[in-house]
Amino acid sequence: MKKWVFWLVALAALAAMESSLRGLIGAYNYQIVILVGINIILAVSLNLINGYTGQFSIGHAGFYAVGAYTSASLVFYGGPAIRGATAFLPQIAQNAVLLLAGIFAAAIAAGIAGWAVGIPSLRLRGDYLAIVTLGFGEIIRVLILNIDAIGGSRGFSGIPQLSNFFWVYLVVLITVVTVHNLVNSSYGRAFISIRDDEIAAEAMGVDTTRYKVMSFVISSMFAGIAGSLFGHYTMYLHPNSFLFTTSFYLIIMIVIGGLGSIEGAILGAVLVTVLLEVFREFGAFRLVNFSILLVLIMIYRPQGLLGAWTLFRPRKAAPAAK
Amino acid sequence: MGILDVRNCTKRFGGLIAVKALDMCLNQGDLYGLIGPNGAGKTTVFNLITGVYKTDEGSIELDGRTIHRSKPSSIASLGISRTFQNIRLFRSMTVLENVKVARHMRKKQGIVDAIVHTRHLKSEEDEIERDAMQLLKIFNLDARADELAFNLPYGSQRRLEIARALATAPKVLLLDEPAAGMNPQESLELMRLIRSIRDEFHITILLVEHNMKVVMGVCEKIQVIDYGETIALGTPREIQGNPKVIEAYLGGA
Ligand SMILES: Nc1ncnc2c1ncn2[C@@H]1O[C@H](COP(=O)(O)OP(=O)(O)O)[C@@H](O)[C@H]1O
Ligand SMILES: [Mg+2]
Repeated sequence: MKKWVFWLVALAALAAMESSLRGLIGAYNYQIVILVGINIILAVSLNLINGYTGQFSIGHAGFYAVGAYTSASLVFYGGPAIRGATAFLPQIAQNAVLLLAGIFAAAIAAGIAGWAVGIPSLRLRGDYLAIVTLGFGEIIRVLILNIDAIGGSRGFSGIPQLSNFFWVYLVVLITVVTVHNLVNSSYGRAFISIRDDEIAAEAMGVDTTRYKVMSFVISSMFAGIAGSLFGHYTMYLHPNSFLFTTSFYLIIMIVIGGLGSIEGAILGAVLVTVLLEVFREFGAFRLVNFSILLVLIMIYRPQGLLGAWTLFRPRKAAPAAK
Repeated sequence: MGILDVRNCTKRFGGLIAVKALDMCLNQGDLYGLIGPNGAGKTTVFNLITGVYKTDEGSIELDGRTIHRSKPSSIASLGISRTFQNIRLFRSMTVLENVKVARHMRKKQGIVDAIVHTRHLKSEEDEIERDAMQLLKIFNLDARADELAFNLPYGSQRRLEIARALATAPKVLLLDEPAAGMNPQESLELMRLIRSIRDEFHITILLVEHNMKVVMGVCEKIQVIDYGETIALGTPREIQGNPKVIEAYLGGA
């Protein structure tokens, strides 16, 4: 299939679903579908770092937050000016321009944050890297709590609603295609070589620091975009949406599905998001249950539910889940 | 001045001097043997040349260019490639993919090309695959290209490591005990292969072995080290009769 045909069909299908989905499944389910999509973007992108490159980041919520707040601030404060400049366009196109501006800013800001965290910390290994990324996530959250212009501890309200099923799942598609293409190119082989054996990778000319930073930056950019879509859907942001537990659930998603598998990350995102909703009344106990689930999976199926199984290209066997 | 010039290199691990004021000079096209008993410092010399360890003293030059301060990946792109004594293949990759990773360095893909999967990228991928398959054929591994490298028998894994190293198009190839774990027949075949690789690819080979017999048959020049120091240097014939070498091997055994 020609690429442009694929994207044209995808756009048409998404638009058709957007216009009918809410009526079909109701507002509550629609919202869960949106959340699922956002978590797919987050999980698939986190998988680039934790699954393919074999590094251990538990600060993904931090990049998600950077994107969410950057985009919301831009649209909240700069929206009138942007609308003014695009006044000749119909309302729906104005909204699209606004959202795309927000998404763009979110990706850049989160990407820069990813780079800034990546450069010093990727010299660290394993546990140390995990601690630094965790610290980063917390620092971002505390910073937000203390910036009054974006709502501080009250939360950021009055964010225009710009994203919907159409935009979220368009980005889901773009994320999946991007990550899939990337990991099936020389970049992906470089990422995986780092996970498999860093010394051998360097000896074969793979600049491991450069590729680690790259996977961090790309991953952070997608997390930032997910943040933008989230804020412009819920119209309200609060630092509590970006707690450590958010990063933890993302880790659970990719471990459940199988590290280093795109389909696994998608499955994990769907499962965990839906289960979190179903067990909403349990509140904080959900974390305990998920921890138990995680332990059980690591014992009985360390390669994840799907392992390295992939829809697009047959691979002979599963890599060990690192 | 040769293609690879190790001058007065010393490497210490705490109180242990693993390599001591070592000189070594390889000329273009050499098939050079570095031998010595276990623990003599051979692998450490490889790690110094490839940048895994930094020298405490001395310098290393490739083609007149100082390399001992560079990181391993830069040294690899300057033209030094290696195999490992303890095989280090990429375990979750197929045989073919292992070679492709190494080929990657010589064919830079743009990130946009990679994400969009442009036609340009596809033709380059095809080229990488062709090159890789060609190398696998030389090592008689093409029939198992799509198997996980990890599942190959030991001897094949060693040969795959050489194929992978060659895929970086090196000027100098370092082989760390490539015949380890092979039977005499396999070793003999491997040594023939190594010689033909040198001739066909016009490269320089530094071969580490602790089994003297293997090296004697294939190398034209041999350097013997013990406790990190050179104790003999010469042709196989000269080395064989050298009392210091005999002493080091008998004493070490
Ligand atoms: N990373 C290291 N840390 C401490 N000691 C080491 C290290 N690498 C090698 N050595 C020591 O240096 C000496 C030389 O080792 P090596 O170069 O592996 O010898 P060979 O390859 O000739 O068998 C040995 O005594 C070994 O124990
Ligand atoms: Mg050794």
